[in-house]
Amino acid sequence: MSRLTPNEALLELTLPQLLLKRARAAPNAVALRQKDLGIWRELSWGEVAEQVRYAALGLLSLGVAPGDKVAVLADNIPEWPMMELAAQALGAVSIGVYASSVRDEVKYLLEYSEAVVVLAEDQEQVDKVVDVRDELPHLKKIIFEDPRGMRSYLEDNLFLSWEGLLELGQTLSKKEPELFEQHVAQGQPDDVCHLSATSGTTGRPKAAMLSHRNYLSMGYALHQVDPIAEGDDYVSFLPFAWIVEQVFGLAVPLLTGMVVNFPESGETAMEDLKEIGPHMMLGAPRVWEGVQSQIWVKMDEAYPVNRWIYKRLMEVGRRAAEYRMRGKPLPLGLNLAYRFAHFALFRPLKDQLGFLRLKRAYTGGAALGPDSFKFFQGMGMNLKQVYGQTETSGLAYVQRDGEINPDTVGKPLPGVEVSISEAGEVLTKCDGVCHGYYKREDEFEEELSEGYFRSGDAGYLNDGGDLVIIDRVGDVMHTQEGQMFSPQFIENKLKFSPFIKEAVVYGDAKPYVTAMINIDPLTVGKWAEDRGISYTTYADLSQNEEVSKLILSEVEAVNKDLQAAEKLERFVLLYKLLDADDEELTRTGKVRRGFVGNRYDDILNALYDRNFDKVHVRAEFKYQDGQTANLETDVRVLEPRGAKTNETVTSGGKA
Amino acid sequence: MATSAQLDVKNLSLSFGGLNALSNVSLSVEPGLITSVIGPNGAGKTSLLNCISGFYRATEGSIQFEGKELVGASPHQISKLGVARAFQNIELFSGLSVLDNLMLARHTHLDYSFWQSLVFYGRTQRQEIDNRAFVEGIIDFMELEPYRKAVVGELAYGIRKRVEMARALTLDPKLLLLDEPMAGMNLGEKEDIVRFIMDIKAERDTTIVLIEHDLGVVMDISDHVYVLDFGQRIAGGPPQEVAKDPAVIEAYVGDEVTV
Repeated sequence: MSRLTPNEALLELTLPQLLLKRARAAPNAVALRQKDLGIWRELSWGEVAEQVRYAALGLLSLGVAPGDKVAVLADNIPEWPMMELAAQALGAVSIGVYASSVRDEVKYLLEYSEAVVVLAEDQEQVDKVVDVRDELPHLKKIIFEDPRGMRSYLEDNLFLSWEGLLELGQTLSKKEPELFEQHVAQGQPDDVCHLSATSGTTGRPKAAMLSHRNYLSMGYALHQVDPIAEGDDYVSFLPFAWIVEQVFGLAVPLLTGMVVNFPESGETAMEDLKEIGPHMMLGAPRVWEGVQSQIWVKMDEAYPVNRWIYKRLMEVGRRAAEYRMRGKPLPLGLNLAYRFAHFALFRPLKDQLGFLRLKRAYTGGAALGPDSFKFFQGMGMNLKQVYGQTETSGLAYVQRDGEINPDTVGKPLPGVEVSISEAGEVLTKCDGVCHGYYKREDEFEEELSEGYFRSGDAGYLNDGGDLVIIDRVGDVMHTQEGQMFSPQFIENKLKFSPFIKEAVVYGDAKPYVTAMINIDPLTVGKWAEDRGISYTTYADLSQNEEVSKLILSEVEAVNKDLQAAEKLERFVLLYKLLDADDEELTRTGKVRRGFVGNRYDDILNALYDRNFDKVHVRAEFKYQDGQTANLETDVRVLEPRGAKTNETVTSGGKA
Repeated sequence: MATSAQLDVKNLSLSFGGLNALSNVSLSVEPGLITSVIGPNGAGKTSLLNCISGFYRATEGSIQFEGKELVGASPHQISKLGVARAFQNIELFSGLSVLDNLMLARHTHLDYSFWQSLVFYGRTQRQEIDNRAFVEGIIDFMELEPYRKAVVGELAYGIRKRVEMARALTLDPKLLLLDEPMAGMNLGEKEDIVRFIMDIKAERDTTIVLIEHDLGVVMDISDHVYVLDFGQRIAGGPPQEVAKDPAVIEAYVGDEVTV
């Protein structure tokens, strides 16, 4: 059987054309797996191509025309990429909506894109669209994948099941057997195929228009640096609406024959990952921090002997990682110690997590703290940073094996040119740069500078040629004395503590640095239970005096590692977790610093007024069903020791 | 069949020596609907369910399920007729996993012999696979995937109650008896159980008899409500009527109160 190996010629194809080519070359090779009703079910490339064919013809029967938008609102299911490819086969454009979106966000994107068809996974997602159907004049059909609860909906012509869509396609296919191939053949690599909404830490999201070439060129560039073998396994659990998951879950498999595995549900994703043991994995920092917390909790519950062994072996791992990350060979003594540590701890630990077969693990979307980095590298996991924007197809910079530095985001991929502007902004030029923002041409013009895309991040290239990102250009802060610091750097250091889930740092044009901190309800809850401290709600736990002392000591430990200008002077423990539903975080977990500052402005004011050591707060919570609850409490302002104000700084801010 | 009641209780009485647990109780349950039985503690609700399930034998009266007489029948005969029960005090094997508990509930659908059971082949294999597929469908329905392999004894109370309900559903019953499925749950957990009950009614066409103390839930989801007090039926009808019935209000509160 002829195998289709990735080569430059494939970059001249559209995604559907590449699908057909791969299906012809290896029709029986596994393309994807889905865990359904407890067992993994496989679909071969031939079967995928067939479903895409019928879905596309079904869409054609519904009147979808080139240029029309087809939206997908679902968790990670195989029907998502299949629907995308089906739409693209007709010259239509797909747009992804995060499954966790609330109704208003869904309405905004469907209205903005003028989508004619939406694939909504199940009743819950369907209802979000139905609630606003009157405000979506373009919407012709809502297609659902999970029939549960949908019986009564079918009386309305607006709804159609995925099976129904495929049946329509089969009927059309019998009448005109060549129609699908004809449509696919008309596609051009520079056609816009997908709209990807940017994460929008500020303002309303807008969608970047991406072409087939955008996807495939960046997927191919990645393969050239980190080769992926046909049949390698990948587990898709990050939202498919995210651009990096699009490249990993759609472009890379089509190019290389990598197998995409879909877990049973969000809750079982980590368990299912264990069953697959992927060769490649992608995670946002929250995922890696979550795994770290899990390990920490388990070790905390272990016998003291085990804990001691764990600490000693992790230390060996860390030392070995220093060598390995730089591509240097280990000295003999350390090598032997590391082999033992690998056999005794790292191998079984990675096996427990499902990480054993990983050739490479990537982290992207936001900065992962250097301490977390060293933790995983110490375990023997090849964790690397990727960097890019939605507008550059998600990844333009990747750390090379043997050149891993927790402070950098890697070198440009082949075909990517980087430049640093006078103001210190990182500029990128490559084949992955999108074709603009949908319906916002003028806004895109502002993002371009002589053909380079402006990232909005401040950074520099270090001596080794690796890119170092300091922070968002808009977020790099300067204290009142003019000292520069990166709030994200401090936040990541704080978040390395297992007790701190989220931190938001402030201090721009202010006399000192402060933070609003979310405690981690799981780890702190357990800590409190172990000490017999009773608590009721998260708000109660966060204001508990013992918990305050705990976090104070964590913050003091962080302060030791910070430069004088960066040290936290005062902070509060927020009474509620920052949430994407409340627009305090983006859907990919990034903090919206400005928004949070506004929302909790009375707390922010108290942080900078030494007269206040607590803030009286009256807040309203909205539950998911719309019920509201009122909360009134005093939020304590805490002052860690070791912070210095009015101290002049001799060295610059740490990158 | 559509108009006549699926479960018909007529003049049912149950006494333990001098104690009258049930006195002359009559009620009927329509197929595919949710019928609730409410009443203060000790009113005889669980005794009523025990009579239907066959654990107690009524001293007088009859219980007809789809035309067959249940009084005098044994519990396993009654369960074969299509009556399943989720118990108030969870009756699961705490040392087994969720999956094993549910597979066990399918034992009535296994008819291979002892000798055949020694080898996973042929009839044994087929039936085990069929039953596993069915059980997986229930797991999917009750959203128990993350707990499939977990040992029941280690699960949180709310999840165990869900498994208990799943166990009853695994029997694929025509009539499902739920004995206080929401006891001891907070608001979020109660809403989940209510959602499952509504889904069971909508998607599996199962008739549900519900014993529950949360009157808000009962009034919201029931098609029909019966009220017992001191072993006697004191009211019966659509929820709104029963809520206004003065005898009911007096039995619960002892006073005039707006519900």
